[in-house]
Amino acid sequence: MLAFAIRRLIQAVGVMLVVALISFLLFRFVGDPVNQLVGVDTTPEQRAQLRQDLGLNDPVYVQFGRFVGKAARFDFGISYQIKRPVADLIASRLPATLELSLVSAVFALLVGLPMGVYTGLYPQTLLSRLFLALSLTGISLPTFLIGILLIFIFSVNLGWLPSFGRGDVVTIGGFWTTGLLTRSGLSSLILPAITLGLFQMTLIMRLVRGEMLEVLRTDYIKFARARGLSSRAINFGHALKNTLVPVITITGLQIGSIIAFSIITETVFQWPGMGLLFLQAVQNVDIPIMAAYLLLIAFLFTVINFIVDLLYVAVDPRIRIGGAGA
Amino acid sequence: MTATLSVRNLRVEIPTRHGVLTAIDDLSFDIAPGEVLGVVGESGAGKSITGSAIIGLLDPPGRIAGGEILLGGERIDNLPPPAMRRVRGKRIGMIFQDPLTSLNPLYRIGDQLTQTILTHEKMTARAALDKAERLLVEVGIPAAGARLSSYPHQFSGGMRQRVVIALALAADPELVVADEPTTALDVSVQAQVISLLKRLCKDRGASVMLITHDMGVIAETADRVCVLYAGRLAEIGKVRDVVKHPQHPYTHGLMTAIPSLKGDPDARLEQIPGSMPRLGAIPEGCAFNPRCGFRLERCRAERPAAYPTSRSEASCFLLDAAGRAPPPETATAARAAGIEVRAGAPTGADA
Repeated sequence: MLAFAIRRLIQAVGVMLVVALISFLLFRFVGDPVNQLVGVDTTPEQRAQLRQDLGLNDPVYVQFGRFVGKAARFDFGISYQIKRPVADLIASRLPATLELSLVSAVFALLVGLPMGVYTGLYPQTLLSRLFLALSLTGISLPTFLIGILLIFIFSVNLGWLPSFGRGDVVTIGGFWTTGLLTRSGLSSLILPAITLGLFQMTLIMRLVRGEMLEVLRTDYIKFARARGLSSRAINFGHALKNTLVPVITITGLQIGSIIAFSIITETVFQWPGMGLLFLQAVQNVDIPIMAAYLLLIAFLFTVINFIVDLLYVAVDPRIRIGGAGA
Repeated sequence: MTATLSVRNLRVEIPTRHGVLTAIDDLSFDIAPGEVLGVVGESGAGKSITGSAIIGLLDPPGRIAGGEILLGGERIDNLPPPAMRRVRGKRIGMIFQDPLTSLNPLYRIGDQLTQTILTHEKMTARAALDKAERLLVEVGIPAAGARLSSYPHQFSGGMRQRVVIALALAADPELVVADEPTTALDVSVQAQVISLLKRLCKDRGASVMLITHDMGVIAETADRVCVLYAGRLAEIGKVRDVVKHPQHPYTHGLMTAIPSLKGDPDARLEQIPGSMPRLGAIPEGCAFNPRCGFRLERCRAERPAAYPTSRSEASCFLLDAAGRAPPPETATAARAAGIEVRAGAPTGADA
């Protein structure tokens, strides 16, 4: 188990180094950083001095090593546009994005899993057909359209929920802002969370349904029935547990995607998260922010994948014993 | 004495897009207490479907369309689902073909056993665990206590089938339906598993319905054998009688198709011409008539009932004492093949 975890960890470090290289190359290929920093009236001598000060004359591998070393200490330099440390900017936006992402992931899982189990167990009922038809809409409608539709119905027409922003937030521990503790914060969260989680919800539902249909046909389910076990024990114990490995995989990857691609939802709802920050950075060619965002998202993906791998081991003994023996 | 299992005129239908297929047609047989009944037939003859029908687990859209199934004298084919669930496992145990896929890979052996025991018997978790361990000892798993916490993939195929047998017997059922229990196993392990199954069932007084296509297994294990052809009963009787003196031309063909150790090793095996009809294309009259060397006129039009002979019972007009006499050459050929020909055959029936 420990060997398994360590092996995965080493692989994760490898992945992070590759991503670091890519974001490092951003600096070198998207224009000259000195040009981005100085005005038009800077003399060539001043430019050379700046170049020397920034370490741009050092060999590439030295620069890369410095970049990785700083990144490991959460030092991503200073934003060209906003002139503040990138790490601070991201820290101020991260809670908003993570909160939104986690709430929509929980929503997707809590709604998608039971719907998937139901449609898998009773594929012929009217309700199952309704769920499937709905899920088709969820999968095929683009996120921004769903967001706008929700705003149109619940904010503009019904006036129940706010159409943009985070509402009132409370600061915890000096840096973490949360909207989960205030009424307006919670009501602001509902629409964006549904918008962001709808696709994942339908995906999870369809995945669980497919897996359930598959597993219910297996010999061990038939044998469990032949032993007279209760439907509850069979459906939710024997069958559901066997569907979990692929469901965990997809859910894990989807949480990564939710965080990374909350950009659209954040734009639609003017949600003050990292996605919005990134979008502004792209418009202004603010490379330090883009590089840091890239690294951060890669880091989140890697962490989630690591957790997913450990969860496999918890769910499936075949992986556990195989891993320990190797 | 009431038969443990009594199947009366069972009819199983499978509705499909191309019409209703009759998978089992008018099948009747009994299994006495403590008896081992072998059920043989080619793939698709309806062996497994009969087993599934008895335990009430026909794969939809298959359904029992007629007849009745009695367990210890009570009808079980029309029980509501919760009552039928209490019969499964508790009164009828079932063993499937492939031990590699019969066990849930994510649960420990001990958990699967105790769950089954606790479903049918009121006892503490501790007592169930003790019983689980005793069962593993009984089926010959070494270090049974430690193995309770093993997962299925940590067992070999033969060991897994032993675990499956332990699971099927967990609640001491009066009937065990074993659907090709050794087909997926190594030849060297097959004999062990079969003799284990037979011994355990004998100890408990349980009857066994042993579905297989292996005549060797039947010959060694079963008391009586039932031969199915295209979902219908061809012949049923004591194993010795059916093997040595088959009465149905199909059974006769099956027996001559078994290679003999004493025979000429270079001789070609006799084979039955043609192949078993698909369910959608069963011929009029006797299902076997197009392939039968002893066919009579009426075989094409009427379905033979099961006629008792001095040995077994077989569904063949050659055995119909009341029927018309078969043409002399058919009778002679049949008699040469060892099939009793009753009726007013010219030389008289050999009783």
